[in-house]
Amino acid sequence: MAESLAASEVPLVGDFSQSTPNPALADVRVGVITFPGTLDDRDASRAVRLAGGTPLPLWHDEADLHKVDAVIVPGGFSYGDYLRAGAIAAKAPVMSKVVEAASAADNPLPVLGICNGFQILTETHLLPGSMIKNDHRKFICRDQTLRVETNQTSWTGDFAAGQEIVVPLKNQDGQYVADPKTLEALEAEGRVVFRYVDVNPNGSRNDIAGICNERGNVVGLMPHPEHAVEPGFGPSSSGFGTVGLRGGADGLGVFTSLLNQLVKA
Amino acid sequence: MSDKKFNLDTVEQAAATPDTELPWAELGLKENEFQEIKKILGRRPTAAELAMYSVMWSEHCSYKSSKVHLKQFGAKVTDEMKKDLMVGIGENAGVTNIGNGWAVTFKIESHNHPSYVEPYQGAATGVGGIVRDIISMGARPVAVMDPLRFGAIDHPDTARVLPGVVSGVGGYGNSLGLPNIGGEVEFDECYQANPLVNALAVGIMRHEDIRTANASGVGNKVILFGARTGGDGIGGASVLASESFDDTKPSKRPAVQVGDPFAEKVLIECCLELFKGSVVEGIQDLGAAGISCATSELASNGDGGMHVDLTKVLLRDPTLTPGEILMSESQERMMAVVTPANLARFEEIMAKWDVEYSVLGEVTGNGRLTIEWEGEIIVDVDPKTVAHDGPTYERPYARPDWQDALQADKFTGSAADDARPTGAELGQAIKDFMAAPNMCSKSWITNQYDRYVQGNTALSMPDDSGVIRVDEETGLGVALATDSNPRFTKLDPYQGAKASLAEAYRNVATAGARPVAVSDCLNFGSPEDPDIMWQFAEAVRGIADGCMELGVPVTGGNVSLYNQTGGKAINPTPVVAMMGVMDDVTRRTPSGWAPEHDGQAIYLLGTTRDELDGSEWARFKGHLGGLPPKVDLAAEKLLGDLLVNMSRDGLIDAAHDVSAGGLAAALSEACLRFGVGARIGLGEVAERDGLDLFTLLFSESLGRVVVSVPRSEEVRFKDMCTARNYPFARIGVVDAASGALDLQGEVAIDLDELRAAHEGTLARHFGEVAPG
Repeated sequence: MAESLAASEVPLVGDFSQSTPNPALADVRVGVITFPGTLDDRDASRAVRLAGGTPLPLWHDEADLHKVDAVIVPGGFSYGDYLRAGAIAAKAPVMSKVVEAASAADNPLPVLGICNGFQILTETHLLPGSMIKNDHRKFICRDQTLRVETNQTSWTGDFAAGQEIVVPLKNQDGQYVADPKTLEALEAEGRVVFRYVDVNPNGSRNDIAGICNERGNVVGLMPHPEHAVEPGFGPSSSGFGTVGLRGGADGLGVFTSLLNQLVKA
Repeated sequence: MSDKKFNLDTVEQAAATPDTELPWAELGLKENEFQEIKKILGRRPTAAELAMYSVMWSEHCSYKSSKVHLKQFGAKVTDEMKKDLMVGIGENAGVTNIGNGWAVTFKIESHNHPSYVEPYQGAATGVGGIVRDIISMGARPVAVMDPLRFGAIDHPDTARVLPGVVSGVGGYGNSLGLPNIGGEVEFDECYQANPLVNALAVGIMRHEDIRTANASGVGNKVILFGARTGGDGIGGASVLASESFDDTKPSKRPAVQVGDPFAEKVLIECCLELFKGSVVEGIQDLGAAGISCATSELASNGDGGMHVDLTKVLLRDPTLTPGEILMSESQERMMAVVTPANLARFEEIMAKWDVEYSVLGEVTGNGRLTIEWEGEIIVDVDPKTVAHDGPTYERPYARPDWQDALQADKFTGSAADDARPTGAELGQAIKDFMAAPNMCSKSWITNQYDRYVQGNTALSMPDDSGVIRVDEETGLGVALATDSNPRFTKLDPYQGAKASLAEAYRNVATAGARPVAVSDCLNFGSPEDPDIMWQFAEAVRGIADGCMELGVPVTGGNVSLYNQTGGKAINPTPVVAMMGVMDDVTRRTPSGWAPEHDGQAIYLLGTTRDELDGSEWARFKGHLGGLPPKVDLAAEKLLGDLLVNMSRDGLIDAAHDVSAGGLAAALSEACLRFGVGARIGLGEVAERDGLDLFTLLFSESLGRVVVSVPRSEEVRFKDMCTARNYPFARIGVVDAASGALDLQGEVAIDLDELRAAHEGTLARHFGEVAPG
């Protein structure tokens, strides 16, 4: 079906017949931070690679971003989640550079925080609010439907607003909380990026699964788009129609969104 | 020394005071064992030596009751079976060549007793311990599995043990970034005060990265790294408190170790960096018996001796005595042997990962393991006498006198066999049956485990095997299944163990993988009871014979004895873990039909006999007696070959093993897997096998698998079965629109109702979690 469409009309997500991504994307270098206790760093790097970009490992203890074009703060249990999830990692030397670059007046650095990475971003105050224990007090792993509420961010440009996607969710401190004023502002300013659909798996306020900062370059979410990037190893369902066993790759759009935005820019 | 905290018992002092009373009995040694130690040393042992011998000669570490039987695993093998075995039994874990330069190591172990005392930490450190075994082979751990057995589901204590164990397995494994890809859950009152928490870990490595535990090279440094040593897990060592001058030290230390998954995750990455840089000569994890085990194993597997200064051990609790330090089972510790030239590089890697270490001593050439404390020698032994020359017992065993009566008590015609549902009442009966504790969905548990992390999971629960990709380039990967049928094993330990092996073999083949290696975890009661010892001997013989017939070697495992309380032993529970290899994991076969398989033909492979004894239906009705189903391993092998070939050739799109709960359960589970119904007609098969419908549905005959076959492949499918002379019968079609498991001519079971029954049980007993 894609052959009859103009190149610009080829859907960027949900179509995995495109085997060769735009070679220009490979020039985009995306840093993936590893803290002690980080678990999903290799998965995030794989997602960047499958989207066509070039992943680059960053080390928590080094206050140097090595001129990367964007940064992913991946999931896991940095520093064992001791003290408070993300609290110690937020003070790591590399994070001071991330905060600085993400807050720059010109060309702010795109930053994506996934799960523990989201918790770390709230601890650095790049994003408002906080995560507390799931309301049912258990770790939960499930294939989660999300609605992409806005495509006006560095990480969701390839989606249509309102698009539903399915990505794995797995956490134990995933309940998003914020004061009423903050929640109101997030809603009013269109900064709720991902919302839980059908099931709110952890008691998050307003069914919020992910949010962004004012400029949309910093996005954090609890579910794991990097675990839905490769047919055969993702969820068994998709927001784009029927997929086979573990055929869901809806999360890839998060990574292609970044790469496409940076190549265009 | 004025600040000395102990009556230090030196080797010199031991030689001079032969008559000093020692608490050998309190440490679990028998009189003959204590005399043997004295004979070996030519004097009485020091307190520290006594601590070492007592833990290393314990049942848990020395396998003294089981060794004579376990030898069969090494004896009943052919060269053909060993051709892919790169490291066999005896090391921390066996290693199997899976091709393309890749090797896989996997092992299953028990952590039963600690998990009863303290469910969360017991289960967590069970995972931690087996993962360290995998790391010490040089491998990156890539997945875990957890066969669990609990008391009755409605017993108040199960509500304490199960949630704690599940949180512990998840809390540790999830935090290590290891996907949990399967396992088993069983409820039976025989496990009431003896829950079984077995944990399996699998790791992968390149051939050149294989490491073993041995200390070679005189002058090489012996280094302890990872967490500090504390007083946890020393249990029995407290009787050595007589070493102590004062009684103000913390006396109530936890007998169960406390885990820190964060420390272990850092240790994994740190070890992998050490391996990559070839910085270590030998490595050993610290598990049971802590430093006693690590030093004596490393020294006795090497070519020299070892000298260690115990005062160099970094402590969490400075009041520990030398004996306690030697016995401590503090978690997340490793011991490495490093050449002086590599020491700087080693220190660099430790600094990068913020891991503490201390150089305890070095490899010597004198063949002795010597340990000093503040300049005094407190241990001077031949390490082989500690690690390998422990006592071996030929425990008496005999077929129990109750075995005949048990086998004579058939289900058919028993008081429990009161009503066999037919027609419309069959529908309700199947729903009730599929909601029973042992038949219900275990997603309440598995949804608390991360199955996605690492991005290589191709199958996980509820499929028949967990499947993990090893090589991203080619898709080469492994399938793993763990199975045990303790009820069959109670009825006939030899056949029951073989049936457990057959089921694990079949589950791996069902996923499409070629079974290549076995690890086993043998959970039994007291070896001092001849009845139990007979169960053990028969089960080991069954597994060893079975492996020979299937051509798959045992690569390692673990024995857990004394699983009994108040004289009542658990059902004999030999858990068999099977590993299979597949060239491309994306070809794996799931355990049910998906919407896109609508209209495919459903076939039953194998034949059914009237074999209800020991079945889940019999358990559902409260009965255990009779004889287990007949085991035919030649047929299982044929079936396995068929399934692997059919999967490779695309002849089947779904395959589900028919085992617990029989055909009724297999069809229910295959429909519920993706919520897709089926129209099933069993008349012809019932006639062929000479059975009534009820028996056909609930019998647990082995060697059977339900498959769905694309219409376009039916001819080739049938040809392949015919050519290999394996019985097959077309029993229905996938019917996506029906929303029901339609047993034609009998009853149509609504899938929503079936699912509600199947999935509601655990949440009803243990509380709601967000739906998976």
